[in-house]
Amino acid sequence: MKPVYLDHNATTPVDPEVVEAMLPYLFEHFGNASSVHSFGRDAKVALENAREQIAAVINCDPQELFFTSGGTESDNIAVFGTANHLRGKKDHLIIGATEHPAVLEPAEFLHEKQGFAMDLLPVDGEGFTSVADLEKLITDKTALVSVMHANNETGAISDIKALAAIARARGVLFHTDAVQSIGKAKVDVKDLDIDMLSLTGHKIYGAKGTGALFIRAGVKIAPLFYGGSHEKKRRPGTENVAGAVGLAKTLELADQRREDDNTRIVKLADYFIEEVSKRIPDIRLNSPRKNRIPQTVNVSFLGTEGESIILSLDIKGIAASSGSACTSGAVEPSHVLTAMGIAPVEAQGAVRFSMGRSTTKEQLDYVLAELPPIIERLRELSPIYEKKN
Amino acid sequence: MAKKVLVAMSGGVDSSVAALLLKEQGYDVVGAHMKLWDFIDVGGDIYKDGRCCTIDSITDCRMVCDSIGAPFYVLNMSAAFKESVVDNFVSEYHRGRTPNPCVRCNSDIKWNTFLKKARELGCDYMATGHYAKIEKLSSGRYTIRKGIDGTRDQSYVLWGVSQEALAGTLMPLGEKLKSDVREIARKHNLRTAEKAESREICFVVDDDYRRFLREWESKRGARQQPGEIVHEDGRVLGHHEGTAFYTIGQRKGLGIAHPTPLYVKEIDTDQHRVVVSDNDSLFTTELTAKDVNWVGVEAGLRPFEAEVKIRYLHQPAKARIECLTDGTVHIIFEDKQRAITPGQSVVFYDGDILLGGGVIA
Repeated sequence: MKPVYLDHNATTPVDPEVVEAMLPYLFEHFGNASSVHSFGRDAKVALENAREQIAAVINCDPQELFFTSGGTESDNIAVFGTANHLRGKKDHLIIGATEHPAVLEPAEFLHEKQGFAMDLLPVDGEGFTSVADLEKLITDKTALVSVMHANNETGAISDIKALAAIARARGVLFHTDAVQSIGKAKVDVKDLDIDMLSLTGHKIYGAKGTGALFIRAGVKIAPLFYGGSHEKKRRPGTENVAGAVGLAKTLELADQRREDDNTRIVKLADYFIEEVSKRIPDIRLNSPRKNRIPQTVNVSFLGTEGESIILSLDIKGIAASSGSACTSGAVEPSHVLTAMGIAPVEAQGAVRFSMGRSTTKEQLDYVLAELPPIIERLRELSPIYEKKN
Repeated sequence: MAKKVLVAMSGGVDSSVAALLLKEQGYDVVGAHMKLWDFIDVGGDIYKDGRCCTIDSITDCRMVCDSIGAPFYVLNMSAAFKESVVDNFVSEYHRGRTPNPCVRCNSDIKWNTFLKKARELGCDYMATGHYAKIEKLSSGRYTIRKGIDGTRDQSYVLWGVSQEALAGTLMPLGEKLKSDVREIARKHNLRTAEKAESREICFVVDDDYRRFLREWESKRGARQQPGEIVHEDGRVLGHHEGTAFYTIGQRKGLGIAHPTPLYVKEIDTDQHRVVVSDNDSLFTTELTAKDVNWVGVEAGLRPFEAEVKIRYLHQPAKARIECLTDGTVHIIFEDKQRAITPGQSVVFYDGDILLGGGVIA
């Protein structure tokens, strides 16, 4: 059996069509988009075409779209950029409790080192961010509300439109990290009525190092980098033209294929959830059944540690994950599941299976055959698991 | 089917070669690094190289495993390590004792948490890069013998390992010299071949345990209580900032002017006093050991003779060992020993066979 990749929320292989679109901008049209000569012009035109295409997909004005190196950078520019611009006038941040570290850590830094007040916006038991609590937490001093669109660990899609409306009514800026939802769910910045949105290509068959930040016209942020007027000074640095062209192609393809992909993946995910429930007792589904990125199935196997399951699966050629991958590779307890009110003993046995275009029923059947003996072995060794007879 | 083994990898040359040798012997090798602590918690110089538990060491393990064709994982054991090893390290100093954190890490983390992880991953064995040999004696018991490289003998820190754990462990470097190990690493182009050793306490990255205690406690709102430095004849000679900063036999750093050299003889935590004496006064013949673990022999009723080590760099000394009914052990040396230190391990040998050990009461 070839290795089975069920970690598409971490990253995906690049679509050959995306590579094909990028190649001319690595070879014949290699110019620096800021140069005045024909090489520069070719590159600049490609960059602006890419911007228009992406803007059309998320329904913004091309002038409102800024290319970055990916989700982490977009999130950092949104959080620090807003805080630095409003510093002295507004000094309060409201951050979703289940945000990716790319949002959480900048906010924590501003809170711990630079005197910003910070509130975490709670989620309910299914992982959906609380709209009612935002009403309570928001003040005239709030500089930014940042809540992710779809959660990377559970797939839960929060009601961004309702959250953003509350911020809008109070004149507070609203940012959403759409890294996990872009291409997989409909993302329309006008419909959501938000101020900023982070996206990347590599979760949807695009290249790593490609991304963008939507900043609504009129919203001011202080840049993090200085060194040129690229991207209207919001993000200086020689433009990654091939990356921008690739990102445009990535989003175009994702938009075209979304319905077909989702229809297929919903079936696979439902099959997987039902079969796991049948074959393994004492599990807890941490992903919501509805309103989620369908490819994400997060399950806790009670009485086990997710780490041991993931390593045992890897030894069998199955790639899954228990949350955000970190630099050292050490698995930390999930702040997402903790925020959902899941008890530590249940949260520690969590595994995230994330499917994608390459996922087949045969692959899932292989996983469904390998998984029960692994869980059984771990439970036999577990001091906390007692078989219910 | 090949037996599967989980190799504990620090990022150093020894564990790298241990993994390589097992692979060559036909085992199905899986490498794993135990992440035990973070710089943010333990302080010290984050830029100091060559330490275990740094991202660079983890990268070294990863690349070595890739070159020998083994999967590699990082196992986060920092919660267990803090609870079992670091907290104990701090509290032992508070009780006026000098702990051996490596001993505790071996029995509680390596040969408990890690071994359990090996079983969870379906491995038949765990392995380490210790220079020691595990052997099954005719009595059916497992013991540890000193490795052939006498200069690298690590049996002193292994006395706490249980029989069951020894039965599930491989130590492929027991028959090797350190120089052989480096040579093997070079021959196979392992990137850790020339890496320097780290032999001190891993989480005290600058080897300054006083700095560590001070920072650890101030972060937790605790502080040491100052007191007097007293000569054993009763004279008050000076003051100290906390008994935890002293260890039995210590001469340097007392900060008192005295015509003859003085050494720490006793640490009295009740009265917050450090008692000093001349060197001769440090010599005693008896000690009691607690938390005893028997390795090569079972606890016996009859006293027996053995060679006994009372610190890592101690020449084993002849002694008579008597097991008491409360599980402790009474040890009487033939010759007086200098600075018997409460909290340190006392380890019993018959030649190169590890018989057992305990903690000096």
